[in-house]
Amino acid sequence: MKAKHQRLTLVLLAVVALVGAGVLGAYALQDQASYFYTPSDIAAKNPEAGTAIRLGGMVEEGSIQRSADGVTVEFIVQDGSAQQKVTFTGITPDLFVEGSGVVADGRLDAKGMFVAETLLAKHDENYIPRELEGIDMTAGKRKTETLVQ
Amino acid sequence: MHAFANPTRFLALAKPLTPFLLLGGIAMVLVACIWGLWATPAERLQGDTVKIIFVHVPMAWLGMAGWTGIAVASVTELIWRHPLASHAARAIAVPGALFSLLCLVTGSIWGRPAWGTWWVWDGRLTSMLVLFFLYLAYIVLANETSKNNGQSRIAAIFGVVGIVNLPIIRFSVEWWETQHQGTSISIMGKSTIDALYLWPLLVSATGFSLLFGAIVLMRMRATLAQTKVDARLKRMAAE
Repeated sequence: MKAKHQRLTLVLLAVVALVGAGVLGAYALQDQASYFYTPSDIAAKNPEAGTAIRLGGMVEEGSIQRSADGVTVEFIVQDGSAQQKVTFTGITPDLFVEGSGVVADGRLDAKGMFVAETLLAKHDENYIPRELEGIDMTAGKRKTETLVQ
Repeated sequence: MHAFANPTRFLALAKPLTPFLLLGGIAMVLVACIWGLWATPAERLQGDTVKIIFVHVPMAWLGMAGWTGIAVASVTELIWRHPLASHAARAIAVPGALFSLLCLVTGSIWGRPAWGTWWVWDGRLTSMLVLFFLYLAYIVLANETSKNNGQSRIAAIFGVVGIVNLPIIRFSVEWWETQHQGTSISIMGKSTIDALYLWPLLVSATGFSLLFGAIVLMRMRATLAQTKVDARLKRMAAE
């Protein structure tokens, strides 16, 4: 075996082993490396009231209720299988609309309501021009009214 | 393959190719920016901030492509002792670092209005920041350990090891829940980005790729010339 071939085998093996180890390691992190809990995670893990949690999911259609004080908003976050009631006091980001994603830092209160301290909007992978909305089927169920309000 | 191992032959090819890539790249980036900024509609939720993708996404792609290039060059250097390989890897490192940084900066500027925050420590943002730090580490390592002709075994090994981060960046949004959105552009399947945004984005990505190539060729020509100068000075000192 020539020295060059020896180096070739060695480097190829090293690359395969390294990338394999990296991918397996990262993949094994799963939950720990996730940025937030979904409502299903909260339902399954049933965390104690008062524990700091980051919650992520979609805002349920028709669930946003703004209070008379103008800064408190109540809504439901769902992930398709579980739901979580959330309350937040403060200015909501522009992308916070019904049917879109949110990420909220906060804690559960004694009644199981999630009290959010910060609220971030999450954009999804769909990029759709405003004019085409409602025509393009991939735009989904969102109606123009939710944008106007 | 070894036909191109020859630096003289490489230089004969690189010299006319450089202005072609440079001017072509600048022209395409300009076209894409004008097209992207003035001729694309506002996005349904993001409004006009969507237009930052014409810079952000090519920066991200090229930041990752750059390290792929460093890894390929490093493997070539380790196995075949290719005289151009170390020059190529070191030439890629600086624009690679710059493009990764611009990806992080433009992403942050977009994140403030869209998400409501400049930065979060989720899987995608963190792994991209790690890529930027890997570039910085590579540049320092290659500069400090290079011997004659710019070769450095340890830098080459580091270049190979660093590819571990690339699949992590790519799949971070699929393995983990992240603040960053999932993948929109797919070669095989259906892209979830409207064609009105996709086409200027592809033009912009091609333009920035040509620019990246031009920078790499210019830097390789410069370091090859420097090697020649050093060798001649050494010969003159010996005489």
